[in-house]
Amino acid sequence: MASAAVPLERENYLNKEYGIGSWLLTTDHKRIALLYLLSITFFFFIGGFFALLIRLELLTPAGDLVQADTYNKLFTMHGQVMVFFFLIPSVPAVLGNFLIPIMIGAKDLAFPRINLLSWYLYAIGGLFMLYTIVNGGVDTGWTFYTPLSSQFLDTQVVAAALAIFIAGFSSILTGLNFIVTVHRMRAPGMTWSRLPLFVWANYATAIIQVLGTPVLAITLMLVALERIFRLGIFDPQRGGDPLLFQHLFWFYSHPAVYIMILPGMGVVNEIVPCFSRKRVFGYRFMALAVIAIAVLGFLVWAHHMFVAGISLYAAMVFSLLSYFVAVPSAIKVFNWTATMYKGSVSFDTPMLYALGFIGLFMMGGLTGLFVAALGIDVHVHDTYFVVAHFHYIMVGGMVIAYLAGIHFWWPKISGRMYPEFWGKLAAMIIFVGFNLTFFPQFVLGYLGMPRRYWQYSPEFQVLNVFSTAGATILAVGYLLPMAYLLWSMRYGKIAGDNPWNAAGLEWTISSPPTTFNFDETPIVTHEAYNYGEIDQPKEVPVER
Amino acid sequence: MSGHIATKRLYVSVWIALMCLTVATAAVSRIELGHFNIVLALLIATCKASLVALFFMGVKYISNKMTIVVIVAGLFWLGILLSLSMTDYLTRPWT
Amino acid sequence: MSDSTIAVDTHESDLQHHFANLEQQQEASVMGMWVFLITEIMFFGGMFAGYMIYRHLHYQGFVQGSLHMDFWWGTINTVVLLCSSLTMAMAVRAAQTSQRKAIVVFLLVTILFGLAFLGIKVIEYHSHWVEHQFPGHDFHLLDEKGQPSPYTSEAEVFFSFYWAMTGFHALHMVIGVGLVSWIAFLAWRGRYDAHYFTPVENVGLYWHFVDLVWIYLYPLLYLISNKHLSG
Repeated sequence: MASAAVPLERENYLNKEYGIGSWLLTTDHKRIALLYLLSITFFFFIGGFFALLIRLELLTPAGDLVQADTYNKLFTMHGQVMVFFFLIPSVPAVLGNFLIPIMIGAKDLAFPRINLLSWYLYAIGGLFMLYTIVNGGVDTGWTFYTPLSSQFLDTQVVAAALAIFIAGFSSILTGLNFIVTVHRMRAPGMTWSRLPLFVWANYATAIIQVLGTPVLAITLMLVALERIFRLGIFDPQRGGDPLLFQHLFWFYSHPAVYIMILPGMGVVNEIVPCFSRKRVFGYRFMALAVIAIAVLGFLVWAHHMFVAGISLYAAMVFSLLSYFVAVPSAIKVFNWTATMYKGSVSFDTPMLYALGFIGLFMMGGLTGLFVAALGIDVHVHDTYFVVAHFHYIMVGGMVIAYLAGIHFWWPKISGRMYPEFWGKLAAMIIFVGFNLTFFPQFVLGYLGMPRRYWQYSPEFQVLNVFSTAGATILAVGYLLPMAYLLWSMRYGKIAGDNPWNAAGLEWTISSPPTTFNFDETPIVTHEAYNYGEIDQPKEVPVER
Repeated sequence: MSGHIATKRLYVSVWIALMCLTVATAAVSRIELGHFNIVLALLIATCKASLVALFFMGVKYISNKMTIVVIVAGLFWLGILLSLSMTDYLTRPWT
Repeated sequence: MSDSTIAVDTHESDLQHHFANLEQQQEASVMGMWVFLITEIMFFGGMFAGYMIYRHLHYQGFVQGSLHMDFWWGTINTVVLLCSSLTMAMAVRAAQTSQRKAIVVFLLVTILFGLAFLGIKVIEYHSHWVEHQFPGHDFHLLDEKGQPSPYTSEAEVFFSFYWAMTGFHALHMVIGVGLVSWIAFLAWRGRYDAHYFTPVENVGLYWHFVDLVWIYLYPLLYLISNKHLSG
């Protein structure tokens, strides 16, 4: 027993039952969220380990740490693990699973057993991925382009495709669950216009998951069938078109990047008003913007194929459409800023991360416009410019938003506060490390350093060294929360129900919540971010 | 679907219509009509599909409008996949 | 006609704890099935997109390939599936009207139709296999006059889609037969009546969807050519 006096705990979802069986057979959305938290953290470190090896190799222009084929495997598996086993599940499967039922006033998701099935599918997909890694790896690039993947490699292409196929079903079922839950399980009074924007964002994400992922599934199946049965669908010598693979692959994989970023925007939507003590500026537009991003995101996929051999006219159409999809994102950035304007801003750890997100996402998003321009893309396609662009959004945006959410809702999930000093320190180390890692890559790409190359021209070395230095700082920054969050579960300050004095149904229940969340179904009577009322409650007139 | 109970006669009538449409599409396919063959084939297929969806799957009697939105969205998204990919293949000969 | 003389089963035990009432649970369940079906639309949709693109690029090859489809087996299979949709709809209707025996009978007939479909597919696959119409495995194709077709390599792409699309369809049929068998068993045990029949309804939706896919596969694979070498 700890030496500090531990107050007698009420029954909550963590202590209700003990034993590994009660976790592996749970249907409680909160426990499933924690199962995901553990597994995606595990894969994050595997993907991060590959990244470390990549950056170590790139310290010197010569290919001297690993062989060329090994390097191909490193960047391939870094991408696959990070995209499919960390980023795509991250916020929806951890924070979404935990919070969505509570935020809408429900006792669980619509289909709790399918929720558990989702996690098992993720875990099984993860096992296939581990099998792939251990048995020689795969070196197609995370994009699996044909005919390289379908005909010319003898690495674990089928195993990797299977791993992602299975994990894809996990994603589809989670999306299905969220859609039905938001439509059918809202508490009385919780109208669509009172929904927290976090729920809107995950709902929009769920739409993408449900409509896009099946196309990835069939595409990977076709590649696997081509390899196993030597079919010829993508073989130019037998009438096939390798670009067909790219069309089908990117039909999912472009919207997939919105699967990855929208939940992060949802997190920021909750944090910014709380730490500005102000309602969200333009709630309606914020909600419509996430839906617009989800829809428009499906219309732009061939901007990944501008130099692959598609028709110039199609390229122009996709380039134009790609500009449209930037508009709703820009609206969101403006509205976050307007929310903070004349607010009472405080800089707790979640807000530091949220501010980092807004700035870095903006840079990543703006550079997306650069590459959406046909002429510029011809120059920077397949260079480090593109690598920097998507890492600004995925890491500077999404990973930081994920950490923001973990810190913001940590008191609710665990009942404890993390140590604020270490939280702020880690946030700043991550910010510095991130920029040092990836800003030089914009320059490198523009100067012409190609991506996926294991050797490079000596004039690029200085910037590569900066980048690797940044990566090590970033790694330290990521390890810190692991350490202090674990520490806090035992020694952290007891959080109380609402340490942030935040709006939202999740802050009205105990920390940690009970298994069924609410003793009585809440009835909602006010808008989502009523910070004005929370901070200055109207005086109730005394009855005479 | 959960609320409305169709009559056996309705189902059998729909089935008869489906049989007729199948005979029609099979017969028409044996006649050389050039480009019109595929148009007719898909038209008939869509009629059959609509009958199955509206009556056997109960779409005609669904009270929940969201379900209709879900179905339309699915079809629309398939349309996006088919039409936007064709912008590439149809315009390649132009360049 | 209900065949129970005891009190009507209110299906309280079927209500899951997180739902307020059975109606909410059923509506959620049916909506969930429809959302699942649109994921299936996109899953098959990927193959339809590929088919459409290659038919555009290699039309003659597709005509040649379709020449070798068995018109009669394909048409019979289409009829078989449409009949199975009728019996499936009848089964759901029997559940809505609490006719336990009728549910079981209609479901069993549906299974028979499903197995008939799969049996015919086996016959077709076998004949395509022995005639070297499997891509990548000594593939060759003859034209109407019995000569090696000049469109052989394009027809190979057609056959890739034939095998992949009908293969995935058949896989879904096998799963469907499994699902129908499972609810037929539960129906026989008296689980379903007018107050609770959502699993029957949902399996019905799945079954009809698989039929819908075939309704499109049939003309797209079997009816491209006006003539057929076998049938």
